[in-house]
Amino acid sequence: MRARRAAVIAAWLCSLAVAAAVALHARYITDLSAFLPAHPTAQQRILVEQLRDGPASRLLLVGIEGGSRLGRAAVSNEMERRLRADAEFSSVSNGQEASADRDREFLFAHRYLLSDATDAQHFSAAGLETAMRETVADLASPEGLIIKSLVPHDPTGETLHIIDRLSRMPAPQLRDGVWVSGDGNRALLVAQTAASGSDTDAQEHAIGAARAAFAAAVHEVGASAQPLELLLSGPGVFAVASRAGIVHAAVRLSIASSVLIVLILLSVYRSVPALLLGLLPVVTGALVGIAAVALFFGAVHGITLGFGVTLIGESVDYSIYFFIQSARGEAVAAHGAADEGPWQRRLWPTMRLGMLTSVCGFASLLPSGFPGLAQLGAYSISGLVAAAAVTRFVLPELLPPRFAIRDLTPLGARVAAWIAPAGRARGRAPWVLALALAGVALAVLVLARGTLWNRELSRLSPASPAQERIDAELRADLGAPDSLDLVVVSGASLEEVLRGAERAALALAPLVDANVIGGIDSPSYYLPSLATQTARRDSLPPPDTLRGNLDRATAGGLGLDSRELTPFLGDIEAARHAPLLAPRDLAGTSLSAALDALLMHAGERWSALLPLRAPHGSASDIDLAPLRAALAAAGGESASVYVLDLKHESDALYAEYLHRAMRLSLAGLAAIVVLLWIALRSLKRAALVLAPLVLAVLTVAALLALCGVELTIMHLVGMLLIVAVGSNYALFFDRRSERGGGPLTLASLLIANLCTVIGFGLLSFSGVPVLEALGTTVAPGAFLALLYAALLTRHA
Amino acid sequence: MVVIGRVVGMQRVLAIGTLLLSSVAALGQQAPGNDLGELMRQLSGRRHGEVSFVEQHFLKLLKHPAESYGELTYDAPDRLEKRTVEPKAETLTLAGDVLTVVRGGRVRTLDLKAYPTLVPFIESIRATLAGDLPSLERLFTVDFAGTLARWRLTLTPRDAQVAKTVSRVTIDGTSDTLTTVEIIETDGDRSLMTLRNHQ
Repeated sequence: MRARRAAVIAAWLCSLAVAAAVALHARYITDLSAFLPAHPTAQQRILVEQLRDGPASRLLLVGIEGGSRLGRAAVSNEMERRLRADAEFSSVSNGQEASADRDREFLFAHRYLLSDATDAQHFSAAGLETAMRETVADLASPEGLIIKSLVPHDPTGETLHIIDRLSRMPAPQLRDGVWVSGDGNRALLVAQTAASGSDTDAQEHAIGAARAAFAAAVHEVGASAQPLELLLSGPGVFAVASRAGIVHAAVRLSIASSVLIVLILLSVYRSVPALLLGLLPVVTGALVGIAAVALFFGAVHGITLGFGVTLIGESVDYSIYFFIQSARGEAVAAHGAADEGPWQRRLWPTMRLGMLTSVCGFASLLPSGFPGLAQLGAYSISGLVAAAAVTRFVLPELLPPRFAIRDLTPLGARVAAWIAPAGRARGRAPWVLALALAGVALAVLVLARGTLWNRELSRLSPASPAQERIDAELRADLGAPDSLDLVVVSGASLEEVLRGAERAALALAPLVDANVIGGIDSPSYYLPSLATQTARRDSLPPPDTLRGNLDRATAGGLGLDSRELTPFLGDIEAARHAPLLAPRDLAGTSLSAALDALLMHAGERWSALLPLRAPHGSASDIDLAPLRAALAAAGGESASVYVLDLKHESDALYAEYLHRAMRLSLAGLAAIVVLLWIALRSLKRAALVLAPLVLAVLTVAALLALCGVELTIMHLVGMLLIVAVGSNYALFFDRRSERGGGPLTLASLLIANLCTVIGFGLLSFSGVPVLEALGTTVAPGAFLALLYAALLTRHA
Repeated sequence: MVVIGRVVGMQRVLAIGTLLLSSVAALGQQAPGNDLGELMRQLSGRRHGEVSFVEQHFLKLLKHPAESYGELTYDAPDRLEKRTVEPKAETLTLAGDVLTVVRGGRVRTLDLKAYPTLVPFIESIRATLAGDLPSLERLFTVDFAGTLARWRLTLTPRDAQVAKTVSRVTIDGTSDTLTTVEIIETDGDRSLMTLRNHQ
């Protein structure tokens, strides 16, 4: 006996130590990636990579408020200088003039390879005359001053042509040399981090660097009367803030609910050893759950951690049942009632069945293909099994010889007396009432079915509304591309996708002119394909031909003096022998960051991304049908060129998950029915056990719908939890009504329910939307499950 | 990426701003008074003006001058619109420090204070229109020549950066009417704007 106790305790401690070690070394993440598919299709992969690592995910939007106008501008410039020197940022812009010098030099130096006007016709006598006529017109226009110095080298205006193509979009306002918001009260910067958006640690570091640069810039510029304030936003800021928020909420709520539960249990048990022992299953369950997730998934999502709170709610029930009802066993044994066996024989089967029911429910989350949900499932299953195992095997071994807690029989008796009249007085009335309630709830749900479920992936965003508001403001200020619509060109090599991008951009050019699309960006604007570069270089005429063409072009009334154009002849000759551009040639310019952002390379697969901008003067989305038609008409090998509407795709993806999760939950429910049927050996009993749970779920769903809450996948998980927790209540009532169990069962269920409601109720105040969804579903649901179980099971 | 293009594009607007501002001088159309101070005082009373212009660019690059035509509108204290009709339709609007350029269906805005080299030049024009001689003289050496019947203001930049591109600005007027604004650049190129009152 003693050896067995030692072995059990040693095994438990060892598992606990291993689980703790794994949990300590686990990687914790909080971005949306947990809610993206684990096994995406090729199209979904682009979507997922865009959301995780794409240019939009690496955007850091910076606003500077307060102080004076000039103070904000000075700090903006100083911050820009510091961030530009920081390798953590691949590009930084604040509207400052100097930062564009290198870019202009690059565009000028390589203008004949970069300009889409470069062809043989362009440099014929007629082509030259047409182009130079434009240039002469420009000279007479107010632009003359700047282009004047360019004309001897670039009389056909290629540099301006390239710049114009790259700058076809609305710009933020400039004040005092920096970008500012519409009202001028906020200086603006845009930075792109070198690290991908899904690397939350790197994002956190980059955000720290931005804050440090701001502090240093404020110091450098000098104190102003009003303090300056830094606003940061972007996907990285969201991920970091929500990680901090979720971890903070999880810790805070765990402590709060632990304290409350400890107080309740102390007042119930009146025994410190009982309290400490009672927490062992909870701690073990939480640690094993985290360790299991870390081992199976490689990383633990913050929301899973937040789930730890909910596990406290359920696993603490086990020890409550154990203590209260085993104390009863002691008491009964003391009175010589020999028909009662040890705790393990009397109570464990019911508890085990309750646990298995929960496991069935959570198991339905495992194949959801949604890593976030699968993590919740794995965490709950392993945690509950561990907590139940500790309750069953370890607690009895640790029980002190003279263990005693307060006798709760009086409490249970009072509760029993309170609910008893309901049955005696009204007979089958509770069932009638229940059916009516179910009918009303169903009616509410059917009426609200259109708006019942929220189908937007962004609803799962862990960001707070305040952060969302700042983000929306900064984006509006900057006119930042949302990059929600993309043309994606995939291929086996860089050259192939660049050629595809050129064809696509060419096919879409008429739609840009017709303002169906506001604009298009393409990696081929920064780095044309080698084929295009070669064609452009080959089209440049040899010196004698060019001189002849130029003489003929200027012979008429053009007005340009061909003697002034000698540098042009030299530049063309140099361009004819210059090497073609490779990606490395862009190094040091911000065009390099732009190119990187628009190219993706994974394994053997290259993808070019062509972000589309909404048409001018229209808030509406781009009509994608003419785009698809234009791309198809351009002889598109449609397999490698397609239009991707990121928002639509991600919402479609989420809707698919929601449907799948609902189907799986129903399958889980079916599994629970089968399990109860087998365990209780009666379909009727199984149905009676399930009735209060289904009713509780229906009531809660209807209440949420009535409150105008749009249900998300987290509400669905919450409903699963109602069934999981509530099944314990219903099973105990079932067992009680079968064997005429005493008031102690009622007392233990009441305490357990109180603890659950507190644990989940606190989640409602977490400030983290997904956790709030869980709390507002489970807290009322668990209470209702107990209430319905008490009223219905007794009177079945 | 797009942001970069946006920055690069600003360069064009900068140049546009320079020439626009030269036009501002053309709109202080009344020049009564016995001396510079009196001229300034009279100019400060001007609230609104509308003229047509012909601008000729004498450039070393060109065998004969390039010309543009359009209209100028001024509203005190600091709003100016230059609508070029030929050879390319374009509208430049200066309101306060903000310059808006509409060309080929595209709109760009630019804060002129972003360009310190332009600031003295702009402020001097404003000061001329506002009749603010102290500000004008802080930025330029101002030379008043001729008589009120036929006068000439010659502005020479004090700022070394400005002086690198612009040698001087000459504004001619006959009695209360501005007739020409000439900008002479350091490389010998010059532009001559001739103004004709609508009335």
